[in-house]
Amino acid sequence: MSSDSIVGIDLGTTNSLVAYMQGDSPVVIPGEDGLNLVPSVVALDENNQIVVGNAARKYLIETPERAVYSVKRLMGRGVEDIQDELKLFPFQLADDLQSGEVIRIKLGERTFTPPELSAFILRQLKRNAERFFGAPVTHAVITVPAYFNDAQRQATKDAGRIAGLNVLRLVNEPTAASLAYGLDKKKHGIVVVYDLGGGTFDISILKLHDGIFEVISTNGDTHLGGDDIDNLLIAIALDDIRGDLGLEFGDEVRRSGEAVARIRRAVIEAKIALSSQPKAKLDVDLPGGKKYQREISLEVFEQMVQPIVDRTVGPCKQALKDAGLKPEQIDEVVLVGGSTRIPKVRRLVRDLFGREPHTDLNPDEVVALGAAVQANILGGGSEITKEMLLLDVTPLSLGIEVAGGVTDKIILRNSTIPASATQYYTTQVDGQTNVAIHVLQGERELARDCRSLARFDLKGVPPMPAGMPRIEVKFLIDANGILRVSAREQRSGKEAEIDVQPTYGLTDEQVEKMLLESFDYAEDDFRQRQVIEARREADTILTALAKGKKNQAWQELTTEERRNVETLEKALVAVKDGDDYHAIRGGIDTLNQATMHLAELMMDTAVSTALKGKAMDEADTDLEDVPQVGHPVAKADFE
Amino acid sequence: MTESKSSLIIPGQSPEDATPSCWSCGTMRAVHFCSSCGKVQPPVPVDYFTFFGFPRKLNLDTSELEKEFYALSRRLHPDVFGQAETRERAWSLEQSSMLNDAYRTLKDPIKRTEYLLRLEGVELGEQSKQATEKARATGELKKQVVPPDLLEEVFELNMHLEELRNQKKMGEDDPALLEEIGKAKLSLEEKYDALFNELKTEWNKWDKSVDSGTEEDRRKILDKMLDVLNRRNYVRNLVRDVNEVIGNL
Repeated sequence: MSSDSIVGIDLGTTNSLVAYMQGDSPVVIPGEDGLNLVPSVVALDENNQIVVGNAARKYLIETPERAVYSVKRLMGRGVEDIQDELKLFPFQLADDLQSGEVIRIKLGERTFTPPELSAFILRQLKRNAERFFGAPVTHAVITVPAYFNDAQRQATKDAGRIAGLNVLRLVNEPTAASLAYGLDKKKHGIVVVYDLGGGTFDISILKLHDGIFEVISTNGDTHLGGDDIDNLLIAIALDDIRGDLGLEFGDEVRRSGEAVARIRRAVIEAKIALSSQPKAKLDVDLPGGKKYQREISLEVFEQMVQPIVDRTVGPCKQALKDAGLKPEQIDEVVLVGGSTRIPKVRRLVRDLFGREPHTDLNPDEVVALGAAVQANILGGGSEITKEMLLLDVTPLSLGIEVAGGVTDKIILRNSTIPASATQYYTTQVDGQTNVAIHVLQGERELARDCRSLARFDLKGVPPMPAGMPRIEVKFLIDANGILRVSAREQRSGKEAEIDVQPTYGLTDEQVEKMLLESFDYAEDDFRQRQVIEARREADTILTALAKGKKNQAWQELTTEERRNVETLEKALVAVKDGDDYHAIRGGIDTLNQATMHLAELMMDTAVSTALKGKAMDEADTDLEDVPQVGHPVAKADFE
Repeated sequence: MTESKSSLIIPGQSPEDATPSCWSCGTMRAVHFCSSCGKVQPPVPVDYFTFFGFPRKLNLDTSELEKEFYALSRRLHPDVFGQAETRERAWSLEQSSMLNDAYRTLKDPIKRTEYLLRLEGVELGEQSKQATEKARATGELKKQVVPPDLLEEVFELNMHLEELRNQKKMGEDDPALLEEIGKAKLSLEEKYDALFNELKTEWNKWDKSVDSGTEEDRRKILDKMLDVLNRRNYVRNLVRDVNEVIGNL
């Protein structure tokens, strides 16, 4: 495992990226389409194949029931927590969902858990990196919102495993961003990272000291971001439509996935435009040939989004309070996340912290770049990173339920991780051999108001009179922010067995099964991709041949040669739309071979025509023809 | 290649792991690293003061503590063991969690004092924040001993607060009463600060007794510190109650 093959991944609500450390600087690895951002969209295409990213976006509009976005909002959550999400997002839950089961989302006729859907995105990023390196990529650092709880972190780690990645570390997004910013500046001081993304908001306050990035406090909201602005604008548009075009028609539009998807696209475009223009137009084609048109001024837009943007203030103030700092004591403010492009957000940050925020790095890419830096550190480091060390904190207090349904906090929020706490338990009944422990996360006093993480059953406690056993249970939050538990009965020295029932998560067995399925699936995926690529190559060679036949060189071939080429051409046309990769590949190769002579003649003709001083434009076309089609000789080299 | 989720369970820390010599090169080990080959060592159960190599004293140079914390973090943090073998990674996790726990406890003067009291076998009373919160949530009556010197003041304050609550219900407003309460709050806050200074005096006595005191001296100082802490917590809770009543207006 060399450090350069460990990638850093930003698994975002709206977009995802993969980056790595190229020498002294982190760079984003583009996809096959040349773009750095892979939209976090997963869809099933016409052939029931999974498509991800830009290729999947068109399905959001064409077949919305077969496409899904913003899956990150569902990670590590139960059916009861996502009721609000279901009202706003076109998520279709599986019909046969049992209570207590990890939620599954319907995509066409198939259903997937959020970690599986995220794994599709991760696999696409993995593939992009492998294409880029020309070598397998198996190790990754993945970023998560700082305010993600244990279940959400575990779900992200599971997604990595299902995608065939060994997740070396989960890094908090704002902290990762600070690494990317801190790389070229040896600095001391207090830095605030304000990270408003597509679906999550984080605020982190760090102390920089000789390459040590010590997080002092963090806060946030894992359900606050650009999505909320989009949903608000969609709701306003739908109300408009009901008002302007009639109640009944409006309700029809509301139910039409395609119409809502079109409105969504239009409001997002308008939102983006309003970051640089004083007004934007909405123009949406609705079913039945009707149109929805509206102009939004920046002023109106800012009024509308004010309540959403204001929701970031509370967490900022709490983080300052927890850090024991006043705004004047902050040295730098860094903006991260696409939603910080909104001028209103920038003004709010400036007013809150009393200084102009930094925006030197692309807010969409800075988290992935930081993840690449952390990947480099974990891989053994390099000259530029060897002094760097990240000391992060746990965003939420960890507790256990005690008598009366009260939360007993045992590790407080903003504790530097790894962090641990030891608790002692005993039995209440003579001969009792099991002790149940309910682990909670959150700040509230009552257990029912906190997040239930897991129920642990300590088993195999030696039978003793009630109150006699002394069971030491150690809770440890690791560097990923994920809880681990160990237990030992002190009188007998016996290790107690722990049976873990994650409240909202996949069991080990489920993850293993999904991993295996994903291998089958990947195999399938791979074959499918091969066929598609071969087909594309066949089309290229056939087009080139059609042009070649119009060239005078065609006439210079022998009748025998021409007949041979045409037979092979027909053969390739016959197989190219089938699913037999080897048949297509063979057809391409033999046709390539047979047209070798034609290509040579064409090349000669083109060159001699040019030399003869023929009209330049004609020569141009001739010359252009040859390299443009790659001519049939050269074995088309895809990847 | 993939880590199993059963890693959620770590093996209980058995002190037997901790041998007197380095597991790697065999020379006598230091606390965290081998003094000869520098390898990380399995953690031994030591108190937080010992972890940092400090005497069990309460006057502590926090900038020195921070320096040590950063230096040890650079050597113990799991990030540094990204490429190490499994058991070294496990030890690094244990050691760095202990480092963080120790730093968090020692850098805060009150937590440091409470920790020392527990180390010396003193049971902390029911005055803790946790106990208060638990009592509030369950509605159970909390054992609360009013420090004698505060008795009169507390009695009067509680009466004023009750009066204020009633007025609030009636929608009345009495600036004189508010002023009374404000004055009482100010006096409490002064007391709160004074108690911290009183605690520091005990720190000095303790530190001296560590070097040259008798067991009996130390016991007395510990009891005194417990008393100061309890009174301080009591005053803090009072201030919080006042703030709540005023804040709800």
